[in-house]
Amino acid sequence: MRELDVGEITQAVKRLSMEANYFLGDDQVNALKEALKKEESPVGKSVLNQIVENQEIARTEKMAICQDTGFTVVFIDLGQEVHLIGGDLTEAVNEGVRQGYTEGYLRKSIVKDPLRRVNTGDNTPAVVHLRLVPGDKVSITVAPKGGGSENMSEVRMLKPADGPEGVKNFVIDRVRRSGGNPCPPIIVGVGIGGTFEIAALIAKKALLRELGQFNPDPYYAEMEKELLREINKLGIGPMGLGGRVTALGVFIEYHPCHIASLPIAVNIQCHAARHKSVVI
Amino acid sequence: MSEKKIVTPLTDDVVKTLRVGDTVYISGTIYTARDAAHKRLVDLLNEGKELPIDVKGQIIYYVGPAPAPPGKPIGSAGPTTSYRMNPYAPYLIEQGLKGMIGKGEMGEGVVEAMKKHCAVYFAATGGAAALLAKCVKHAEIVAYEDLGAEAIRRLEVENLPVIVAQDCYGGNIYKEGVEKYRVAS
Repeated sequence: MRELDVGEITQAVKRLSMEANYFLGDDQVNALKEALKKEESPVGKSVLNQIVENQEIARTEKMAICQDTGFTVVFIDLGQEVHLIGGDLTEAVNEGVRQGYTEGYLRKSIVKDPLRRVNTGDNTPAVVHLRLVPGDKVSITVAPKGGGSENMSEVRMLKPADGPEGVKNFVIDRVRRSGGNPCPPIIVGVGIGGTFEIAALIAKKALLRELGQFNPDPYYAEMEKELLREINKLGIGPMGLGGRVTALGVFIEYHPCHIASLPIAVNIQCHAARHKSVVI
Repeated sequence: MSEKKIVTPLTDDVVKTLRVGDTVYISGTIYTARDAAHKRLVDLLNEGKELPIDVKGQIIYYVGPAPAPPGKPIGSAGPTTSYRMNPYAPYLIEQGLKGMIGKGEMGEGVVEAMKKHCAVYFAATGGAAALLAKCVKHAEIVAYEDLGAEAIRRLEVENLPVIVAQDCYGGNIYKEGVEKYRVAS
């Protein structure tokens, strides 16, 4: 049994919160530069140029890429051979968020209660998705998720008879109805199957994939490519101002489901697709 | 579509020159306000009370900035989604507000108010928050400090880059631009 002090998890979450908000991944920067070559709209090009320049300023000056530094979503794969000592895991994660968001000059965007709406002041609590896995390592991914794109996301319970066409129509329609609100060019996370809550969770998890990667199952890889082509025909373009590039990628994850069900979830990610990981 | 430089406060004559698709660089004083601040402003109007800021000729930027790092007037400061301000914006336009800056389309009630009272809606690039913050030379809280990021701030900006998204004639880039690049399938 390997012993690990939860203080190490606090330090990791603190560092990853800041790095995710300052440094956009290389895959995304490259995808944005590729998008510039494809975009025909002059307004769309000017928006893409601003986005590329913005992430460069954020990187060099260590400023948040976006003022909406998000709900801090933390995925933890905890090895079952690890014995955590020194405190409570959830509190250790929240302490990391607290320190990272305060010392990193990141915006605190969480309210204690959805209706009475008083800010917690330190961006806690984090949303923690904990999974027990084999081994003696702990892998942590911090993915700050902004409200603008999260608000354009949706879960729907289709009928099994709706099949792949029903799924594709729902995804495309969800993107069409979102227009410029989620800050295109977007990345579209799609969760198919499972239960009501699993569909949403795997749609979010799909967003962690690197741009350019496809689902290892060719059936779903083909669907990802088809959806991306169709979404980019919508004309929404960068920031919804019209153009050829509406999405940079579509990532599908699927899960076994009930004979009576076909849950589908679309989790939309803005162009500031922030996430950073570490293995301890 | 052309490039224009404008200075606040705005007059009807200036607003009338702005057309959908124009790139505009804004300099001068602008105010920040988003959901919670808008609710308070409109509650005051409904009670017949005076607003803490005079909105006549002014522009409101829908933004909740990140905290200012040492040596900077403001943290990252990109636009928030504008449709959430649909229930409030017409009241402020009636009071003489001439412009709004945000992202995403604004709704019917706002469009009618913009046409009737000669106002304009600008889109800034969502997420380009570090770049936009560089245009802010000075920032101070002028109302609702308790709202934190959502407090009303007076900003002095220099050449803040925006696009005319919906103009005082009913022009709408979210419809016209998308129609232009849509591919039938």
